[in-house]
Amino acid sequence: MADGNGKGGVLTAVKGMGTHLRNSQVWNSIFRPGSPARADSTDSPRNRAYVVMNNVLYHLHPVKVKRHGLKVSYVLCLGGLSFFLFIILTVTGIFLMFYYRPTSPAAYFDLQALATDVAFGQLVRNMHRWGAHLMVITVFLHMTRVFYHGAYKPPREFNWVVGIILLLLTLLLSFTGYLLPWDQLALWAVTVGSNMGAYAPVFGEQVSFILVGGVQITADTLLRFYVLHVLFLPFVIVIFMAVHFWRVRKDGGISGPL
Amino acid sequence: MAQLPENLLRRAAEARAKAEGIPVEEALAEMKGEAPPAGADAAAPSAGAPAPVAASGGPVRDLDAESSKFGVPRPLLDRGMRARARKDGTAVPAMAGAAVAASPAAGKAAPAAPAAPGGPPPAAGPPPGVRTQRLLTVVKAGAIQGTTKEPQDKVNVWPHLLAIEFVALLAMLALLTLMSAFIDAPLLEFANFNQQPNPSKAPWYFLGLQELLAYFDPQVAGVLLPTFGMIALMFIPYVDRNPSVRPSDRKLAFSIFTVFFMAASILTIFGSFFRGPGFNFVFPWRDGIFFDDLKTLLE
Repeated sequence: MADGNGKGGVLTAVKGMGTHLRNSQVWNSIFRPGSPARADSTDSPRNRAYVVMNNVLYHLHPVKVKRHGLKVSYVLCLGGLSFFLFIILTVTGIFLMFYYRPTSPAAYFDLQALATDVAFGQLVRNMHRWGAHLMVITVFLHMTRVFYHGAYKPPREFNWVVGIILLLLTLLLSFTGYLLPWDQLALWAVTVGSNMGAYAPVFGEQVSFILVGGVQITADTLLRFYVLHVLFLPFVIVIFMAVHFWRVRKDGGISGPL
Repeated sequence: MAQLPENLLRRAAEARAKAEGIPVEEALAEMKGEAPPAGADAAAPSAGAPAPVAASGGPVRDLDAESSKFGVPRPLLDRGMRARARKDGTAVPAMAGAAVAASPAAGKAAPAAPAAPGGPPPAAGPPPGVRTQRLLTVVKAGAIQGTTKEPQDKVNVWPHLLAIEFVALLAMLALLTLMSAFIDAPLLEFANFNQQPNPSKAPWYFLGLQELLAYFDPQVAGVLLPTFGMIALMFIPYVDRNPSVRPSDRKLAFSIFTVFFMAASILTIFGSFFRGPGFNFVFPWRDGIFFDDLKTLLE
């Protein structure tokens, strides 16, 4: 149409549908009061509080934080980024599980197939591996940041201990995942690593036997590390993360200022 | 009633007026403990009408005395008294002594004949089986737990903190995606139990420990030191009794931690890049890098 009524009509119709949707019961049942997604939402101090308070985010953040906590130079977002990397690793890890069998030699061939046959297979595997390395780094740097800010001091002593456990679990997760490609790098790196454990006094050999599933690494170790890597350790680390985040909130949020 | 803001009182009066079918002005006046405006009685035929004033010989109360004795604001006592009287259908007790004239809240009770203190109790109590409630005390507004927290400069998490976190998250995702797009994760030959590569290195985060193996007995370097290190880390908050978080007050703690931090970093870097075949010392720029974690990047 020459006057453009048709186009405007479609636009109006789409807008009307959007408004209708945003006023619907379904929409309002998903987005709780205060959410910016709601049609009746306005930017007010109360709604800013509701965005956090009426949201699962309230488990992670209070409604307000001390102003210095906003400074990127203060926290460097390291704890949050560690958590974010954990989520990325979970998502990419689930993707990889669809294409991976923890048996010898299938494991190695599955990784080769991932690079050649699976759409985005190599990219996702790369993200999983580099993400794991990055997570070890961010968790470690988070620990040093917390130390230099004295953020382990009362009442946060126990949360520091939980944090050290999380660091250990991160290393164990990375280590168990290291074996899974079942190539020369994986096999011998894990051999070197688990040989260290065998030197532990008194019960070192028993620990090594249980961990490896035998006196030396075999294909059975692959299954054992796989279950530890995809099920047991994530389960444990999620529990400790829940405690860690909860204690951050309960112990008074962000520490400082210096 | 001085304790309540006017607008709240007004709202309450409107609600009561609506519920009981009486004019707003009357409800408001009653809540304030004042005489209702003229004609209000006539306009409210039934429930709203204030109870008749006690005749001589009826109950007598001295609200001023009770107020000071029990620490209850006088208007509240007055309101309670009137409500009770209206509910029971009994007369509003007369005011004792000078209180009648002193307080405008006594309202219509003022002209009542002063009765002797200690008169007989109200004739009509609540019907059997009906429970009534009495105002025992009024607790002044305030926190149950005493806090001495200083007010702090705070900002809303939404949008300020969440926006920053979202940007950090996107930056990390971008870094990871770019890295993964350009650097492939290493995949060497199929695992072979009969062919140990030389050198064999642990994952990079354990290379500091493997480096220590070159200096110490395996029991010391591989087990005792890391175990001791982890336990020491966990005990930091319980050993460091210094309450200050200011860097200038924590020179010793900073020094010790930094020494260990640097030692761990140097050992890890050394084990990663300066160890070659046989785990012997190499210069990476002369002899090449023997670090398979980054094999694909270096080739």
